[in-house]
Amino acid sequence: MTLTRRMTFAAMAAFGTFGMAAPAVAQEQTAFKVAWSIYVGWMPWGYAADNGIVDKWADKYGISIEVTQFNDYVESINQYTAGAYDAVTLTNMDGLSIPSAGGIDTTAVIVGDFSDGNDAVFIKDGETLADIAGRDVNLVEFSVSHYLLARALDSVDLSERDVKVINTADPDMVGAFQTPDVTALVTWNPMVSEIALLPNAVKVFDSAQISGEIIDLMVANTQVLADNPKFGQALAGIWYETATLMTSDSAEGAAARAAMGAASGTDQAGFEAQMAATRLFADPAEAVGFTTSDALGDTMNLVRTFLFDKGLLTPGATSEDAIGIALPDGTILGDTSNVKFRFDTTFMQMAADGAL
Amino acid sequence: MRLINQNLSPTTTAALKFAPFAALILIYLLGSAARLAENPNDKLLPALSSIARAVDLMAFTPDRRTGDYLLWTDTWSSLKRLGAGLGISTALALIVGICIGILPFFRAFFAPFVSFVSMVPPLALLPILFISMGLGETSKIALIVIGVAPIMIRDLAQKVLELPREQIVKAETLSASSWLIAWRIVLPQALPRLLGSLRLQLGPAFLFLIAAEAISADSGLGYRIFLVRRYLSMDVIFPYVAWITFLAATADFALDRLRRRLFPWSGPESGT
Repeated sequence: MTLTRRMTFAAMAAFGTFGMAAPAVAQEQTAFKVAWSIYVGWMPWGYAADNGIVDKWADKYGISIEVTQFNDYVESINQYTAGAYDAVTLTNMDGLSIPSAGGIDTTAVIVGDFSDGNDAVFIKDGETLADIAGRDVNLVEFSVSHYLLARALDSVDLSERDVKVINTADPDMVGAFQTPDVTALVTWNPMVSEIALLPNAVKVFDSAQISGEIIDLMVANTQVLADNPKFGQALAGIWYETATLMTSDSAEGAAARAAMGAASGTDQAGFEAQMAATRLFADPAEAVGFTTSDALGDTMNLVRTFLFDKGLLTPGATSEDAIGIALPDGTILGDTSNVKFRFDTTFMQMAADGAL
Repeated sequence: MRLINQNLSPTTTAALKFAPFAALILIYLLGSAARLAENPNDKLLPALSSIARAVDLMAFTPDRRTGDYLLWTDTWSSLKRLGAGLGISTALALIVGICIGILPFFRAFFAPFVSFVSMVPPLALLPILFISMGLGETSKIALIVIGVAPIMIRDLAQKVLELPREQIVKAETLSASSWLIAWRIVLPQALPRLLGSLRLQLGPAFLFLIAAEAISADSGLGYRIFLVRRYLSMDVIFPYVAWITFLAATADFALDRLRRRLFPWSGPESGT
């Protein structure tokens, strides 16, 4: 083992540009790194880091937590998958298809929210979703937008064969919608609220119609978490303190929402509009209830089938069972000998019980 | 003996040539083996067998959904865009560059503008390009032209200005017109430089192509790389990068051969 590690480091040092160590070997540690990116349901992490909430909880458990903001969501997940971070914010779908498919055993520590209108399908010159048939659809391929489109098409007995998907970068969606050759697109907030304001935009489907299927999580490396339960406790402490603050109807709550709005490039009103399209779990008991419900298993089943259809569930996968998904009640979806994605309510339950 | 006079045997030269490549491959294999030992599903440095499987899947197996061979359709889409962008840039450079070089009116009118435009970072203009020209092929080709043409124009104009004044004066004493001088004196001496300049712009042109394809596309080499980057599929990215490098190196070599064939008097200049 020592030899292997040394070889890794020699090779990594020689590479230089890779600039990252191999995934950490199981051990107790006191310094942790968390990556997050701009999204309405993840803004609390940035706010907590800026306002001492992270340090407060880290100090309580005698650890240190470094919170890093990424401007690129995919890069933050890739960094986590490569082992440079211990925890990252991501959606249930990306968690399964990137770190878990990449062999990193990942646990959802906090189920923070689900999209309740934050993701939407828009068309021009049409009234209903069925009008999308035969069109080019601009979206970020293989993202939750792609999943939303698949679910939307399903609901009107169409399939992806009936449209043509054009991969388009998310920051360019608003501009793209204003060009004549774009007549249908799928995207997420804040672009959704911008596009909804355009005169010819018709919203024909949104994530409120598949409520609870696009879930935003804080996940951590399962091994790191098992060796350092304090890390999970601190994360839960940070999240529920911040989420309670941001949903409170007080001057402090309004100030927090204004700060998060400014940090995400909008203002308090814009941020509150995005929050309205997000089902945020500020109450840990509610999050536990959602995570332990049967609906979560059904959702993960839809998600893994979608990923398998798109060839994203590890290259050699022969069925959607290739990766095991452990649900809180102990049931395992898929391969029981290859469990790489876990939902764990331990830390949320501790928050609900006031045991942090 | 001084180091600068060292005489290498052909065998040593050959060995030295391959050494950095061999070292790179060896380091990769070691790093990959070490990471795979810890996590058999590691995607950052995949094993050669995974890369081979990905190549087989991309290049020699029809896609499940469309029935296309992805690597070839991607290559064809990208080369069309690259060819159009570089073709337009070369034509612009030839005409505008020579005009700036020999016509004082044109030089006063256009040279400062071209110098100014060549300093604009084209990637920052992408949203404007996409809104004014749409998300189709036009805006991708336009990005390559905006990124590459001003530099080629400046380079060619510079070359024309550097032509010995005596040649022009001599032609004038033989009563050649401006047109004839451009055609017989300037053009033949500008063309080899134009090809050289085109070679140097291959790298930037690929950069702009990939940037444009990353924003919006449904096929192309850059499109594929950014698509699978989402899944850290280095087993697909490495072969694509190698393929792009190979394409660019081949084009570079071919352009240099073309220059030597067409203008043998222009000298070997850059031998590599």
